[in-house]
Amino acid sequence: MTGPVKRRSTINLRAVALSLAAVLLCGHMAPPLAKAVLPDEFLADASLESRARALSKQLRCLVCQNQSIDNSDAELARDLRILVRERLKAGDSDTQVMAFLVARYGDFILLKPPVKPATWLLWFGPLAIFVAAGLAIMIAVSWRKRFLKRPPAALSHLERAALARILDHDGSGTQDGGGDDTNGGQPDGRSV
Amino acid sequence: MHHAPPGRSPRRVPRERTLIRLITFLPLAVAAALVVVFFWTLKFGSDPSLVPSPLIDKPVPTFKIPSLTEGTDLTEEEFNGHVTVLNVFASWCLPCRAEHPLLMDLARDGKARIVGLNYKDKTKDAKAWLEALGNPYTRIGVDRTGRTAIEWGVYGVPETFVIDKKGRIRHKQIGPITSDQMLVIRRKIGQVAK
Repeated sequence: MTGPVKRRSTINLRAVALSLAAVLLCGHMAPPLAKAVLPDEFLADASLESRARALSKQLRCLVCQNQSIDNSDAELARDLRILVRERLKAGDSDTQVMAFLVARYGDFILLKPPVKPATWLLWFGPLAIFVAAGLAIMIAVSWRKRFLKRPPAALSHLERAALARILDHDGSGTQDGGGDDTNGGQPDGRSV
Repeated sequence: MHHAPPGRSPRRVPRERTLIRLITFLPLAVAAALVVVFFWTLKFGSDPSLVPSPLIDKPVPTFKIPSLTEGTDLTEEEFNGHVTVLNVFASWCLPCRAEHPLLMDLARDGKARIVGLNYKDKTKDAKAWLEALGNPYTRIGVDRTGRTAIEWGVYGVPETFVIDKKGRIRHKQIGPITSDQMLVIRRKIGQVAK
């Protein structure tokens, strides 16, 4: 008895999941066009309108902060979109429109911060870190190379004494204990 | 004759080892330092929703708006000759209601002239609001479209400016005034009045 019931419930779940996925997909594939910009804001002049759209995408909505005024539904964003269009209609250049808004709201209204001494760290910091890391790696590698190439350090006299003791014990009379002829003194004699 | 040059080489190796060991922990140390910095700014840093105004120490913008009550239009001339507090408010704005009693106090002191900028409001609502809560404003300008507020770099209500006798903006308060911030505003008024 429980079998079919259980089965039906899994089918339902699958259907729900499918429809959910469909909804999500549709949401993602819907064109971002005209998400916030209302039809009554459009300018009759198509070239001015496209400039207005381009500018709006570079301007931060100060209410929501991480959206441009182009895709924000905030009322202030709408006011600013209309203002941008007003300025363009009045004959302002793109830079004049931007300057107008920066004068009132500061650089923060620009989604892309301008390059100036206060923002050098922001703009060039990552590059500086990258270069510094590269240098550090190069130095580390060259150190390592030098470290590996160097002949092993000579034994201290304590070590030497210890070694002699061991050899004496071990060999007890063989020629090793003598240590006076072939590779006795020079630590780096091996490389020759 | 068996002895290596004493003391030199054997010492170099351990020192290098400790250096390498230190360098190994460098990334960890840097990450830890960043964690500290991030927590510090989260806890004690400034609120990112408060955008510093470029209008500080600049003359007030030019504008011309009608008065809410009888009287002439309000323009930038409004600020000549006296220390003024400009308060952007609306009857539909709840935080404005919260800061209202502090503005009433300030008006009673008479240390500064308080001018209101009624933002995107209905005249009837604004008048009813002032009747119910009291009117701290000497003059009130009506900004029906919000265009004048943009000139002032306003991006929300309420906002409050302190303007000196020469008509220069000297201080800006974003959001409702709390009693602590009212102290700051009063101090600013005192400084500017000198």
